[in-house]
Amino acid sequence: MEGAENIQKQTAGLTLEDGSFYEGISFGASKNTHGEVVFNTGMTGYPEALTDPSYKGQLLVCTYPLIGNYGVPGIERDEHDILRHFESDRMHVSALIVEHYPEHYAHPQAQRSLSAWLKEQGVPALRGIDTRALTKHLRAHGTMRGTLIIEGVQEYGTQYDENLVNEVSCASAITYTPQHYHRTVVLVDCGVKNNIIRLLLERGVRVTRVPWNYNFLSLAGGYDGVVISNGPGDPKICAPLIARLKIVLRNDQPVLGICLGMQLLALAAGANTYKLPYGHRSQNQPCREVGTKRCYITTQNHGYAVDAATLPSDWQVWFENANDGTVEGIKHTRKPCIAVQFHPEATPGPHDTEYIFDSFVQQLRA
Amino acid sequence: MKLPFKKIIVLGSGALKIGEAGEFDYSGTQALKALKEEGIQTVLVNPNIATNQTDAQYANMIYFLPVTPDFVEKIIEHERPDGIMLSFGGQTALNCGLALEERGVLARFNVTVLGNPIGSIRKTEDRALFSKELATLGVSHPKSKAVTRVQEAREAGEYIGYPVFVRAGFALGGQGAGVVDTPDALEEACKKTLARTSQLLVEEYLDGWCEIEYEIMRDAYDNCIAICNMENIDSMGIHTGDSIVTAPSQTLTNAEYHSLRSVALRVVRHLQIVGECNIQFALNPNNPSDYRVIEVNARLSRSSALASKATGYPIAAVAAKLALGYSLSELRNAVTQVTTACFEPALDYVVTKLPRWEFEKFKTTNKRIGAQMQSVGEVMAVGRTFEESLQKGARMLKGNLWNGRYADGKNSTDYLTHPHDKRLYEIIHAFDKGLDVAAVHAKTKINTWFLHKLAGLAASARVLTKEMPLSKETLLRLKQQGFSDNDIGTRTGRTEEEIRKLRSDLNVYPCVKKIDTLAAEFPSQTNYCYMTYNASTDDEREYTDKRKVIIIGSGPYSIGSSVEFDWCCVNATRTLRLLGYYTIVVNCNPETVSTDYDSSDMLYFEELTLERVLDIVHKEQPWGVVVSVGGQVPNGLALALSNNGVRVLGTSAQQIDRAENRKTFSAVLDKLGIAQPAWVEAANMHDIEAFVHRVGFPVLVRPSYVLSGSAMAVAFNQTDLEHYIETATQFNSEHPVVLTQFMNNAKEIEVDAVGYNGTLVAYAVCEHVENAGIHSGDATMVIPAQKVYTKTMHALRSITEAIAKEFLISGPFNIQFLAKQNKVFVIECNIRASRTFPFISKFYNKNFIEMATRACVGLQPDTFEPPETEYVAVKVPQFSFVKIHDADPVTGVNMLSTGEVACFGTHPEEAYLKGLLATGFVVPQKNILLSIGGDENKADFLDSVKILARLGFTLYGTARTAEFYSRHAIPVTPVYKPRDHLAPAVVSLLEDRTIELFINTSDMEFYEHIPDDYIMRRKAIDFNVPLFTNVQTAKILVRALARYHGQKTFGVTPWHAYGLNV
Repeated sequence: MEGAENIQKQTAGLTLEDGSFYEGISFGASKNTHGEVVFNTGMTGYPEALTDPSYKGQLLVCTYPLIGNYGVPGIERDEHDILRHFESDRMHVSALIVEHYPEHYAHPQAQRSLSAWLKEQGVPALRGIDTRALTKHLRAHGTMRGTLIIEGVQEYGTQYDENLVNEVSCASAITYTPQHYHRTVVLVDCGVKNNIIRLLLERGVRVTRVPWNYNFLSLAGGYDGVVISNGPGDPKICAPLIARLKIVLRNDQPVLGICLGMQLLALAAGANTYKLPYGHRSQNQPCREVGTKRCYITTQNHGYAVDAATLPSDWQVWFENANDGTVEGIKHTRKPCIAVQFHPEATPGPHDTEYIFDSFVQQLRA
Repeated sequence: MKLPFKKIIVLGSGALKIGEAGEFDYSGTQALKALKEEGIQTVLVNPNIATNQTDAQYANMIYFLPVTPDFVEKIIEHERPDGIMLSFGGQTALNCGLALEERGVLARFNVTVLGNPIGSIRKTEDRALFSKELATLGVSHPKSKAVTRVQEAREAGEYIGYPVFVRAGFALGGQGAGVVDTPDALEEACKKTLARTSQLLVEEYLDGWCEIEYEIMRDAYDNCIAICNMENIDSMGIHTGDSIVTAPSQTLTNAEYHSLRSVALRVVRHLQIVGECNIQFALNPNNPSDYRVIEVNARLSRSSALASKATGYPIAAVAAKLALGYSLSELRNAVTQVTTACFEPALDYVVTKLPRWEFEKFKTTNKRIGAQMQSVGEVMAVGRTFEESLQKGARMLKGNLWNGRYADGKNSTDYLTHPHDKRLYEIIHAFDKGLDVAAVHAKTKINTWFLHKLAGLAASARVLTKEMPLSKETLLRLKQQGFSDNDIGTRTGRTEEEIRKLRSDLNVYPCVKKIDTLAAEFPSQTNYCYMTYNASTDDEREYTDKRKVIIIGSGPYSIGSSVEFDWCCVNATRTLRLLGYYTIVVNCNPETVSTDYDSSDMLYFEELTLERVLDIVHKEQPWGVVVSVGGQVPNGLALALSNNGVRVLGTSAQQIDRAENRKTFSAVLDKLGIAQPAWVEAANMHDIEAFVHRVGFPVLVRPSYVLSGSAMAVAFNQTDLEHYIETATQFNSEHPVVLTQFMNNAKEIEVDAVGYNGTLVAYAVCEHVENAGIHSGDATMVIPAQKVYTKTMHALRSITEAIAKEFLISGPFNIQFLAKQNKVFVIECNIRASRTFPFISKFYNKNFIEMATRACVGLQPDTFEPPETEYVAVKVPQFSFVKIHDADPVTGVNMLSTGEVACFGTHPEEAYLKGLLATGFVVPQKNILLSIGGDENKADFLDSVKILARLGFTLYGTARTAEFYSRHAIPVTPVYKPRDHLAPAVVSLLEDRTIELFINTSDMEFYEHIPDDYIMRRKAIDFNVPLFTNVQTAKILVRALARYHGQKTFGVTPWHAYGLNV
């Protein structure tokens, strides 16, 4: 499918909290917004990124200058009622900021344009921005908040409170049952990406997805392991969950933490987390497996990190970032508890660490 | 890290040819630098004397010898390296390595193959093994059969179903590849291919599928990364080397991008690649989860060079380190210095690569492009929109999107369906004529995303009229779409200067951005820049208190401008750096060393247009600009730069212009009393006839101004002349032609020299083997001159001195002379470095560019008089006729060769024969075919034929040739030309390769007019039979064959052993 639209020119601007100003043209919803401005260096995967709950409340800057080339796929769902082409049921970014938005898109799967989708989702977007200059500014001065204002528009999009996880977590427990399954896990939804669920189901694991503050410890029928998903914001906000995870860690059940899930697990284990100056958001982060010569290319989307120095002695650093040395994975020295800061489920990004799911499932079966 | 290797031999790729060009100078040079960093001794085998890698500072030992198993075996025996690298010298090095392994040479001398294991190389090169491997892996690949006989090919055709796609095993540049519709065509293709290589692959034809490539690196610890992916705009069926390509892919979704990437990694891991590997996919445009792996190149390639320049990732250097046993993550990203080499570059710009063809030079071609690569060079352009990057690139071809249209008068939509070298222009034209994207897509199969972009450009250009006011907003929008000042000016009735002034008044300037491999995620030390209008802020550049000098490179390679100018550019830059200048290189050719991240202090990967160079000058405020080391492109900018207030270093722009202008130059020669062939600029037939009446035929005729595609010609009579005038695209008072007296049997001599404030400080003399009439780029050259009288030598020197003085030359220059009976004529003078500068510099081990560069910045260089030497070197041209469909393989006044080699020897015959071997010549053992036109030529060649007979060769001759020599008691078996329809036929003797050498010489005037000779020559090319069309080279060949008769190999002598302090 291909298509185009007449883009009506509506000037808009982004003002960062330090006063710097970037002017562009609106191509999304006619709403103003306010939030943390972050950049991502991935070159493909905007439908996945925009629906990644970890971006909740953030204004996303894409460093690749052409965004929207292949339009937006349809909303087909698989047998588990999961959207085939998206990472959640809606867009989570508060705004999208790009250099160039092409008027025409082309792809056999495309059902509509990115602009039309943004408008439908009520998400404002800005094009004509020197995204490299903006990115460098954020890199040099750290992530900061910004306000996007479209000329002549008064309405503001939804403002989110501090607990972003609460915004993106499911409302009630959902169970996904593959045709043939051998194990069951509890998936604590802090803003889970669909592909985490898909990859578990593919591996014959039944998934009970529960809200972040759900008391899954006493789940009827029990479970064989726990997965703590990715999600937005500062892990320390999720205190009730951290308390619950402390209990989980007393058992010997397999646990897998992903991204925010790793930070939560680390906090539960007694380690500390801190905010990175501008985070890691890209599909090309190298992660070295400590003690080996193996290094994996990973997708990442996080603003906080685990402080290695605070890890208790029964935990060890499993992966580290080959660029800046930050903690990218931890594991328990005895128990089958593993966690990664990167996204083994990818979408978007390389599939190189999908094997983490295999390892986890093996632990479930052990 | 403790490395187990002490000495490593690196194989180069030899002469530049279609499919194997400058990219291997880049990869070899990076590899040698990487090995040097590790303290490893290196031995380089590469007969390509114009390359950077054969400079003394990279390898410890250099052999200007053929990259063939015979020679390399001897070199290994002599040098005893413990490792060999086969991945940096293209298909030539790979094939040589496979042969060495088969012969047991590597095992015998205990030489380890570093990098990709030989077994993997074989699996990727042997099409049958390749298909089998992919099948084991469960990776989709086209239905295919590898065949070694015609009958098998026919069976495969039946099995797969027509049309089928055929390609050759063990070949480069898609040689012999194409779409075949019928069993008979398949048989013909099979015969041609099997004449060169042992295997043909008959494949499923994937019509209209998209073509996607990945560049993958893997280390010995199984870490594997994708450096870059690329999307061909042209669909399957057009060789990727002949396709317009973007990086990264533009139309792939995340799922497609990463599923192909995963397949690529799986294949590379399975093959146990250590280093770099290229993998090509076909993707079903209607169902992008349906893919095929088309090809894997287990070596550095043209695509990897492009990927390296497109991303800033030094692929070749890292591949060399991985081959030594390093892991990816322990190597640093040389660009950022702070991050690891184990990452996948993130681009925040769009790269477009466009091929450059040279079909105009080859008369008999149909200019169609297809599965066999025919382009001779490429340009890469960087922008922040596709339009900006495409237009930049298109400007560095001949013409641009707006004036480069195919003007053949034929139905242009035909070219949309049948791809052609001008298809890009035809698409724009089609939109102007009202075709819509769907219609153009139906014909071209090009993804509509790209077509919409082209349609948008066409629409923007259409509304540009004289009436249109150029507001700041309009101007900026046009610049963001990549229109040049000249494009805008031409369409709005203004000059380029007026638009430039308007831009300056409205403050519309491009921004400088950096290529940093990580899309600004980390601070980087890089000074790799490009310019864009799709930005609002310049990237900050490092401060320097040094004087800045801009060095303008040569742009895309073409016939006549190739790696030799990159060598000049790199050497000038290095000299300036050593002298303490801050060097800024501007170039747009991804196959070069000059665009390497460490060749200069700063690199602008940019178009070489006046507009862009002035933009860079505006940003950088350099002290001066060097225009004399990049060939004709920068030379042509000299005057305009100077007129815009830019300091042109070295000889003044006004003097360069005086020498370029035929009239002023001629007047100067007259004033200095220097002889020149008679010439006239004629705008009507009367003037032409008067001139011809005065000097007589033959005359050299050419347009007086530069016009794409208009070549020069020699007219031997009135008919030739009239034919030229009729076919010249324009001939009138505004477009005159230039006629020059053409001297038969004259010798051609070149002097390369360096001047300093008008004083001649250094010079070297080369002599052409061929008589005048063969373009100097195609000539076989001997240094020192062997057959030039002392008196002539004195005359050459004093004329060179006089010219240096007259034009106040400071820097490089080159003069071409004719010598006839002790009289010397000047035919051309270029006040810039010439093609032969690396050749003479390496022959004397005296860097002429270094001297010239010093002179350019006002420093007195050493003086150099060519000393007596006890050895010679011969430069031999490399032709790529086999790649250009139907081209007539005969040399003349227009340059046709794509590269060159040079070998040393104790006498010209030795050096020449080695040079020939280095260009693919195979010494005949038995059967030689002669077809010598004209009795005078037959007589002239009589002694040579006698020698051949005496050496025991079986001689065949076309009717009159056989008869002539038989009369002189030399047994020559008569064979028949195509028109005779008699056996034994020349064509079948060539096809079954009974003939091992074909000498077909004639008077120049007859070459074009005998269709039979063309058919025979073309057969020789298609069936890989060495062909000689020039009597002087045929004679030296015969002398060489006599001298080395029965001798299997030559000794191997390194460069430094030729009496020089290398």
